[in-house]
Amino acid sequence: MAATPFVLQLLNALAALLLLLSFAMLAQRRVVTLVNLFAMQGALLCAATLLLAWRTGEGNLYVSAALTFAVKVVALPRLLHRLIRRLGVYWDTEPLLNIPGTMLIGVLIVVFSFGLAQPISALASTATRSAVGIAVAVILLAFLTMITRRKAMSQVVGFLSMENGLFFGAMSATYGMPMIVELGVALDVLVAMLVLGVFFFQIREQFDSLDLEKLEERGGER
Amino acid sequence: MIATLASPLDAILALLGVWLVIGVAGLVRPMNLRIAGRSLFPLGALCGLAIAAIAAASLGLPVERIQLPIGLPDLPMHLRLDALSAVFLVLLGAAGAGISMFGAGYFRSGQGTPPGLLCFQYHVFLASMGVVLLADDAYGFMVAWETMALSSYFLVIAQHRLAEIRRAGFLYLMMAHVGALAILLCFGVLQGGSWLFTFDAMRAAHVSPLWAGAAFLLALVGFGAKGGLVPMHAWLPEAHPAAPSPVSALMSGVMLKMAVYGMIRVAFDLEGGLAWWWGLVPIGLGLFSAIYGIVFAAVQTDMKRLLAFSSIENVGILFTGLGLAMVFRGAAMPTLAALALLAVLYHALNHAFMKSLLFLGTGSVLHSTGERNLGRLGGLIHRMPWVAWLTLVGALAIAGLPPLNGFVSEWLLLQAFLYAHALPYPFVNMLLPLCVGVVALVAALAGYVMVKFFGVVFLGQPRERSLADAHDAGILERVGLAWLAFGCVALGLAPAPVVAALSHVGVQLGVGALPHNGAPWWMLVPFDTGQATYAPSIFAGALLAGILLATAMVRVFHHRRARRAPPWSCGFGALTGRMQDTAEGFGQPIRHLFTPFFAMRRSLPSPFDAAPRYQVDIGDRFWNALYAPLGPFIDRLAGGFAALQRGRISVYLLYALATLCVLLALVL
Repeated sequence: MAATPFVLQLLNALAALLLLLSFAMLAQRRVVTLVNLFAMQGALLCAATLLLAWRTGEGNLYVSAALTFAVKVVALPRLLHRLIRRLGVYWDTEPLLNIPGTMLIGVLIVVFSFGLAQPISALASTATRSAVGIAVAVILLAFLTMITRRKAMSQVVGFLSMENGLFFGAMSATYGMPMIVELGVALDVLVAMLVLGVFFFQIREQFDSLDLEKLEERGGER
Repeated sequence: MIATLASPLDAILALLGVWLVIGVAGLVRPMNLRIAGRSLFPLGALCGLAIAAIAAASLGLPVERIQLPIGLPDLPMHLRLDALSAVFLVLLGAAGAGISMFGAGYFRSGQGTPPGLLCFQYHVFLASMGVVLLADDAYGFMVAWETMALSSYFLVIAQHRLAEIRRAGFLYLMMAHVGALAILLCFGVLQGGSWLFTFDAMRAAHVSPLWAGAAFLLALVGFGAKGGLVPMHAWLPEAHPAAPSPVSALMSGVMLKMAVYGMIRVAFDLEGGLAWWWGLVPIGLGLFSAIYGIVFAAVQTDMKRLLAFSSIENVGILFTGLGLAMVFRGAAMPTLAALALLAVLYHALNHAFMKSLLFLGTGSVLHSTGERNLGRLGGLIHRMPWVAWLTLVGALAIAGLPPLNGFVSEWLLLQAFLYAHALPYPFVNMLLPLCVGVVALVAALAGYVMVKFFGVVFLGQPRERSLADAHDAGILERVGLAWLAFGCVALGLAPAPVVAALSHVGVQLGVGALPHNGAPWWMLVPFDTGQATYAPSIFAGALLAGILLATAMVRVFHHRRARRAPPWSCGFGALTGRMQDTAEGFGQPIRHLFTPFFAMRRSLPSPFDAAPRYQVDIGDRFWNALYAPLGPFIDRLAGGFAALQRGRISVYLLYALATLCVLLALVL
């Protein structure tokens, strides 16, 4: 078997870090740290995209790296931090499932996604195809993060992290989505964030808390 | 005039359009009773008469088709006028005319739906039934069928402020939709893989015997639910009393026949390869419905419920005849098949007239007394002679007495049953002739029920003081009643031309034809003069002569003057209204004989009770066994699903994750 080029090894390392960060987010209860972790994930994603762009020489990927940096490393974390300060949500309450249990399920999910990604990797012709499994794992772990949190804030971060996984998946399987799609998605994420921010204030005004349990108590008639 | 200008189908279509226009015209001034009631309804009646006349004239003509440029993109609406459609169009137009005429005088402003809106719903109802009869593709048929169900639903809940009426309407709507679903599935099977939903494609389609049977059962459930075949009958005794009387008349007299039409259309036209023994299913269900309906009718104390149960009985008889025709057709005995089919068509026509007449009669009684309960009526023949005498015609007809029309069709059906011994199938050829006994029993019980109905309402002495204020029906109502009564008499006195007209249906459907035997017009001869014959005009003449002779002899030889005595006093003299036989009392022997049919709760007073009260509740076993458990079952099922809906965001997210994982695992 031919030795993997250094760039690709680096890329794989970045992918592994991405997965690690996902686990870190799964375990993290401080909301501020969660946002920082999300920013780091964005930075990693940006670095991976740059590396890939350099290796393949695709101009599109440079643009997409710049976009990732602008949106996911700078804009979104700043927005989130400001929200946290203004809303005063620093801690998530006790998660629904304790952290070791969550991690265990996370491991199972990673195994599942790698099993899932094998046929895709076999089909894809890109150099980074082995990272597809990691991308799926990141998506599903972000989903798990959303499920186990109670604060609306953490759920939004989980949602954004899911988008990261999706982006990474697209990148490693097909060297990124068409430019227009990527632009659209970036815009969507920003707009979603703004809308959710407005929602947070509304929810807090209505229920005096961002805790979702308060919302659930008022759920419609069943 | 119209018939000469255009083809019959075009003319009928135009007249159906006129019905719609009349309906819409009612909406212009919805609260104005004079416009909606007094002028639009008679117009609708004229329109109905014209439809009946044109359809009757078209009976001998070849099949006519037309395609309307409306409908689904690839499926324009196909319409077709053949003898079967024409016969039922005659029924719709002629019976509808009488009911419309009556309705013109009946509907008043007051609570509930305003008259203009009623006029709209009523005419949409009529027009949709016309389209049901003409439709030649499943799409058009279903659209018209559902329009019919919906418009009649709104008519049923005209008095929607009463909770029980809303409940009855809901039950009706539900059954109508369950039935429509079955019919839709039936068409789905009948297209036989061609995925063309025109009736022509279904006629040409080749369906395996198993699927043909499934389609037939679906049709039986679907049309049975509309027609009120036991056990799909639960809505009938609820919806008919709830609806205004002209609407009950239209539903019972005409709409139930749409179910019979649909069944004939499916079983004799669309479906080719059906084994003969499938016919035994409608025979069994029909006979059971007939007995069940008439026995329940005998114990009712609400006059409209009584008539509703009687409708169940008649629908049972219709389905029995239909099944018999199927058996004969399967056995390649075309003459007998034609005879049975003829009996069904004739009875459908008869029932449309007599049941409408009776329902309208109850409507008049209801209007002038405000009572539906038989226990509070009585002696009305003195106050409402028109209504009483005309209703008597309907009651005698439905009891199957010659020389009226009910006798003719039942006689034809009995003839067909009596020839069933010639069938080449063992056991069946022994058992089917025995069914004659059941049919005869039903006919006898029908007579009993009608004696009760007419006797308790119109004869004897008034059971309430307020009945003294009762007034006879208005002129428009009388015209409607008289037209229907005339239909009963005419169909009874001149059966031979009617039979000749109806036999076009059997010929066109390829079922068979009755032999030509050169019988005169006043005599009904199914096969030849050596076998059974029936001459109603001679019978009527003899009857009339006998009555006149007896009256004259009494006058001449006995006392020469009429002696008036209190009715039903048997010479006792001091009889009051409360001492008469009641509806409960009249039904008691039947209730006793047929105890297993009823779910009865009875509270008897003790011998020492100073103020004794007697109460009896008669429930429907099918309701308790089949319908009542459905609600809790669905509740439980829904409860199971509600457990999924926890109202927690994390749980919903979990569902999303699980779905995602499952789908991913499935795809890869």
